[in-house]
Amino acid sequence: MFTAADLDAIWLTLRLASIVTVLLLIVGTPIAWWLARTQSWLKGPVGAIVALPLVLPPTVLGFYMLVAMGPNGAIGQFTQALGIGLLPFSFWGLVIASVVYSLPFVVQPIQNAMQALGERPLEAAATLRVGPWERFFCVVLPLSKPGFITAAILGFAHTVGEFGVVLMIGGNIPQQTRVVSVQIYDYVEAMEYGQAHLLAGLMVAFSFVVLLGVYGFQRQGSNSMLGVK
Amino acid sequence: MVASDQHAIHAAFKLSRSHASGEPFTLDVDIQLPSSGVTAVFGHSGSGKTTFLRCVAGLERAQAGQLTVQGEVWQKENCHVPTHQRPIGYVFQEASLFEHLTGMGNLAFAMKRAPTPTSDEGLQQIIELMGIESVLTRLPKHMSGGERQRVAIARALLIQPRLLLMDEPLASLDHQRKQEILPYLARLRASLKIPILYVSHSVDEIAQLADHVVVLEQGTVVAQGDIGEVFARTDVNALSGFDTGAVWQGKSVARDEQWHLVKVSFQQTELWVRDTGEALGSSIRVRILARDVSLARTALDETSILNRMPATITDICPDRDEAMILVRLDCGEEVLIARLTKRSLDKMALQVGQEVWAQIKSVAIVR
Repeated sequence: MFTAADLDAIWLTLRLASIVTVLLLIVGTPIAWWLARTQSWLKGPVGAIVALPLVLPPTVLGFYMLVAMGPNGAIGQFTQALGIGLLPFSFWGLVIASVVYSLPFVVQPIQNAMQALGERPLEAAATLRVGPWERFFCVVLPLSKPGFITAAILGFAHTVGEFGVVLMIGGNIPQQTRVVSVQIYDYVEAMEYGQAHLLAGLMVAFSFVVLLGVYGFQRQGSNSMLGVK
Repeated sequence: MVASDQHAIHAAFKLSRSHASGEPFTLDVDIQLPSSGVTAVFGHSGSGKTTFLRCVAGLERAQAGQLTVQGEVWQKENCHVPTHQRPIGYVFQEASLFEHLTGMGNLAFAMKRAPTPTSDEGLQQIIELMGIESVLTRLPKHMSGGERQRVAIARALLIQPRLLLMDEPLASLDHQRKQEILPYLARLRASLKIPILYVSHSVDEIAQLADHVVVLEQGTVVAQGDIGEVFARTDVNALSGFDTGAVWQGKSVARDEQWHLVKVSFQQTELWVRDTGEALGSSIRVRILARDVSLARTALDETSILNRMPATITDICPDRDEAMILVRLDCGEEVLIARLTKRSLDKMALQVGQEVWAQIKSVAIVR
């Protein structure tokens, strides 16, 4: 069965994915809202940057993150100035890299849901004495709920499934950065196929259940919110 | 005509933009509206009537404009009160209910934001007025188009507006649903004390609901005034056509039990109409379509036509139809419009100033 190291890796993965999902929803919502509403020429470039992790090899992303977080990088200088030290090869470094890596999976479903709303609910709310901020919280957010659910599930699952970025940024430190995917890699390297099978099987089952849930949820909600690939 | 009324609405907007098709559109209006009753803003699609209403609501901002409602400035030079600070109710063309809330949830959304709390009786009254009791627990997607629109109207009332704006509230509904909602609107107009601005391209709806009419064509006002006055005009292109007809406002004065008829008295004329069971003395509005009026040189006694009267031809105007002509007639204080073929006009050698007999084949009681 699972070894103590396996359980550590599973726990670490769940913790990482949960924190990253919460951060993604907080960071992704305003970006999605802006992308859904703006007429600015910046919409194209910003949308493309947000979508970059969809097409870039994780190693490329990880490489730049590593450089940025390093002692001479912008983020590294900043964290050092704050007295936090350097982020690479730490859990929080992994969190930040994961947020960037999974951003499109969260922004796009929310953006699609918000775009599908159109102008009308906002105008109706305005004629009912609802100011701009309240309009966002009382009308836009509840009406975009299906998009948020899809976004949260995809963000969580995608973070669980990442590997390349973890290797570049986090390395392989037990209880710090050794997530399930890295643990499997280690087993394969060490020719321990039995243990690898166990964890790999767990990942397949998990991913299947998640996707089944997303598609089932979408069929129920009738309109497609899955804006990714 | 209402310029001195400090409670009236004064709306002047200048706005130009290009349509998606690239065609330029300009709205240039300066309108005084009375402070009570229903003012219909009439026009064909593209005439700017919806844009006008959206400017009044503040949903759209005219480049130059001035809007004063009951003594309050809503727009002037650089000042533009945002929509959510205007005491209006707005009913959109297609239902604009919040899909995540039930019927009651939608009503509560408005009540929560109304300036004063709504009493249970007040709420009950509006629910009954709109006949929506049975759909309140449903989500909008499980309501019919007519039900959704009635809930939307109730919601607009519950925000306690001082001005109710309705943008073709029936346009997205089929004929049957329209007939289903029209009586509710008629009841609404009778029970509300606030002014209503009602945008529509349907002459039928306007004849039934409006007291005052503004006709827009290509972004400018081509006619405005009392409904009787405006509908009696033959020179308003938008109004001429198959549905052209005069609107008369009168009182029922006598009842003929045997033939189920009621005599309605107008300023100087009388008409017999079908008895619809209204009490004697009640005010009745009728519409006499131009196509239901025929002319004769002499009073014919042997005819099936019940209503006929002497009249003087005051104007002869072209119709949109090449074969037809519109004849404007004075019957004392009232004005009739008759739609004849050009051939009949020529055959009878009708001229302005001539005395004729107008025969009215059918009179529609609109209210």
